Amino acid sequence: MRFAFTDDQLLFRDAVRDMLKKECPPGVVRAAWESDNGRSAKLWSQLAEMGVLGAAAPESMGGLEMAPLDTVLLFEEFGRAALPEPVLEHMGVAVPILTACPPSPARDAVLRDACTGAATLTVALSATPHVLYADSATHLIAERDGAIYLVAAGALGLTPQQSVDRSRRLFTVTFDIGEATVLAEGEDAAPILAAAFEHATLYSSAILTGLASTMIDMGVEYASTRKQFGKAIGTFQAVQHKLADAFLANQFARPVVYKGAYALTHDTDVHTSVSMAKAYASDAAIAASESVLQTHGAIGYTTECDLHLFMKRAWALARAFGNSKWHRNRIGHHVLDDGPADARL
Amino acid sequence: MSAADQRRACAKLKHVLVERPRRSNGPDQQVAGTGASRRTALRPHNDPGNTVDLNWSDSEERFRSEVRAWLAANVPTEPLPSGDSREGFAAHIEWEKKLFAAGYAAVSWPEEYGGRGSSLWEWLIFEEEYYRANAPNRVTQNGIFLLAPTLFEYGTDEQKRRILKPMAAAEVTWAQGWSEPNSGSDLASLQSRAVRVDGGWRLSGQKTWCTRGSFCDMVFGLFRSDPDAQRHSGLTYFMVPLDAEGVTVRAVERLDGDEGFAEVFFEDVFVPDTDIIGEVNNGWKVAMATASSERGLSLRSPGRFMATATRLIDLYRRSGCSDARIRDEVIRAWMDAQAYNITTLQTVTRMLDGQTITAESSLTKIFWSDMDVRTHKTALDILALSGELDEEAPAADSGGAWLKGYQFALAGPIYAGTNEIQRNVVATRVLGLPRK
Repeated sequence: MRFAFTDDQLLFRDAVRDMLKKECPPGVVRAAWESDNGRSAKLWSQLAEMGVLGAAAPESMGGLEMAPLDTVLLFEEFGRAALPEPVLEHMGVAVPILTACPPSPARDAVLRDACTGAATLTVALSATPHVLYADSATHLIAERDGAIYLVAAGALGLTPQQSVDRSRRLFTVTFDIGEATVLAEGEDAAPILAAAFEHATLYSSAILTGLASTMIDMGVEYASTRKQFGKAIGTFQAVQHKLADAFLANQFARPVVYKGAYALTHDTDVHTSVSMAKAYASDAAIAASESVLQTHGAIGYTTECDLHLFMKRAWALARAFGNSKWHRNRIGHHVLDDGPADARL
Repeated sequence: MSAADQRRACAKLKHVLVERPRRSNGPDQQVAGTGASRRTALRPHNDPGNTVDLNWSDSEERFRSEVRAWLAANVPTEPLPSGDSREGFAAHIEWEKKLFAAGYAAVSWPEEYGGRGSSLWEWLIFEEEYYRANAPNRVTQNGIFLLAPTLFEYGTDEQKRRILKPMAAAEVTWAQGWSEPNSGSDLASLQSRAVRVDGGWRLSGQKTWCTRGSFCDMVFGLFRSDPDAQRHSGLTYFMVPLDAEGVTVRAVERLDGDEGFAEVFFEDVFVPDTDIIGEVNNGWKVAMATASSERGLSLRSPGRFMATATRLIDLYRRSGCSDARIRDEVIRAWMDAQAYNITTLQTVTRMLDGQTITAESSLTKIFWSDMDVRTHKTALDILALSGELDEEAPAADSGGAWLKGYQFALAGPIYAGTNEIQRNVVATRVLGLPRK
C-alpha cells in the first residue's frame, strides 16, 4: 500500500509546470481568445519538445509509453494554466486510441506525427458532439456507428458552435465516410471507445482540479490585498470560510482523481473510480469558481479580471464527459446494482 | 528554469523514464495481444514501479482475516446499551477487557504496553474490520486515542509504564478536561489554576463537557500554573483521579438523553509532580502536539464511515424508497466515505514518509464531521415518518440507531475544535490569509 507519486512523476510535473508558468501566463490565454484559432502561438511545439504530446504513445512510435499515473499530474498543470491547446483530445484521448488500434501504415504515420507535434489530433466521440479545435487540427479521430475512423482535416465540413470559453473553438463536423480511414471496427473498436471515454473523463477531472487550484490562489491573493473597512477582506471570517470550503472540496477531489488514474493504469475498478474523480472534480471546480467570484465582488464580474478565463473553462469541463450528477448516477448503478455501471455518454 | 535547463531536465527525464528496466516485452505487446488484456485496456503501459500501489501485502491480508474472524466470533450479537449511560458503560468495559485479552485494544502500540506493534496500515485495517463488524463503540477512546499519543511523545518512562497498560486493559478509564464554562473555542483563555505546593500542585476551578466523566476514573487537562502568563503560555498538563479529595463530578444530560457529559469541580485538589505531562508551563504545546492526530486520523478512521455508508445503502434498499433525490444522497454518502478513505491512504503514506500532518488535519475534521451529519440525515429522511422513533419505540428501525447516530453526529462539528475554528485554521495557516 502506497499512495504517493514517484520522483520521476513529480519531476515531469515540475518541468511542465515551470514551462507553463513562464510561457502560458493568463495573458497568453487572453490572447488565445482573440486569436484566429483560439490557441497559443508556440506552446504546441514546446509541449512536443518536452515529450508531452506523445507521452502515452509506444516508444517505437516516438512516445514515452507512459501510464495515466505518469501523466495525470500534467493534466492538472494544464488546468492550472488554463492551457488553450487540445491536450486532452490529442494526448489524453487520440494518442491512446491510436496506440490501442491495430498497427497499419496510416495509424503508424499519424501516431508518429502526433508525438512530434507535426500532427494535431482532435476527437469526435459520441460524448463530444462539439469537436474542439476541429479547424486547426490536422486530423480527426471519429467514432461513427461503433467504428473508429481517421479523417484528414481537409475532408471535414465545419459549423462553428461558439463556447462561453472563447478559447474553446467548437464545431459540429461532417465528413464523407469514403474519405476516412477505418482504424478499428466492431468488437475491436468497442473496448477502445469505452476506454477512451474513461480516459477523457479522468483527464478532464484532473484539468478541473488544476483550474480550481488557480482560482483559489487568485481568491486568496485578492482577499489578502483588497482592503475594505480599513483592512484586508481576507481577515473577515465570512470570506475566509468561503475560501476554506472551496479549498477543502478541491483537496478531497485531487486524491480521488489520482485514484482514478491508478484504476485506469491497472484496469481495476475503472468505472466507479473515474466517475468518483469526475463528480468530485466538477463540483469542486464549480464551487471554487463561485466562491472566488464572490470574493472578488464586482471586479470578478468583468472580463477585465483574469478569473473568467479559468471560470468559463471550468463551466465547460464540468459538463464535458458527464456532469457530476450523471457520474453519481453511474456510481449508483454500481453501488445499488440498478443499472449499467459501465455506461458511457 | 531557463529553456536550456528545461530541455536538459526533460532529456534526463526521458532517460530515467524510458531507459529504466521494465517488465513488458515491448510497446506493441498489447496491440498484438488478444482476449481480456486487449479488450479492456487502451494502453501498453509499463510497470509503474514504486508509485501508487493500492494492494495490501500478504501479511496485511492475513491480519485482516484474523481480525475479521475474531470479531465474527466475539462481537455481541445484541447491541450493547449505550456506552454513554451508566449501565451501558459497564457492559462496554467488559467488552474492552475482552478486546485487550485478545490483543486488539490498541493494536498500534508496542507490545510492552499492551499493543501488538502493528503498522499504521494494519491499524487502518483493524478499524475497517471493527466498524464493519458493528462492534461496540470504544469507551476507552479518550485515553487510547487522545491521552496515549501525548504520553508516547512527552511522558516519562515511569508514566508510560504506570499508565498505558491499565488504560489499554480498561482497568483505568479516562475523561478529557479541556473546556471550561467560559473557555470553549477560546480554550487558551482557560482559568482553572494550579498552585505550587510541597511535592506537587493544588488545582482549583471547573472543567466541563468531560465525556463520560461521571463513569471514568481519571481526567486529564490543562491548568494555569503561571498566573502572570498570558493565554497559551503558563499552562501545565495534569492528570487527576476523579475520586481525589476536592473533586466533585456532576453528570450533564446530553442531547440524546444519556448522561455522557460531566462537569468536574476542583477545590484545592493535590496532584503530585509525577502526574504532570511534559514541562511545567509548557502544557499548550504538549496538548496541541497530538491535537492534529485527534482531528485527523485516530479519532475517526475511514472504516467507521464506510460501515455507516454500507448500512445506509442497506436501509435504502430495504425501504423501497424511489425518490431520486434521496437516491442521489445515498450515493453521495457512499462516495464521501470512499473519498475519505482515499485521502486517508495519502495521509498515511505521508506520515510513513516522515512528514508531519499539522494544519491540514483541520480539513479532515471538517470533512468527516459534515459527512457524518449528512449521512445520518439521509437515513432519517428514508425512515420518513418513523424517523422520530427512538430506541424505546417497538416500531423503531434498527433499534433507533439512526436517530441515536444522528444526535451523536451533530456533536461532530462541535467537538475537537468547532468547524468554524477549523476553517479559521485552514484559512490562516494553510491558505495564508491575513489574521489582521
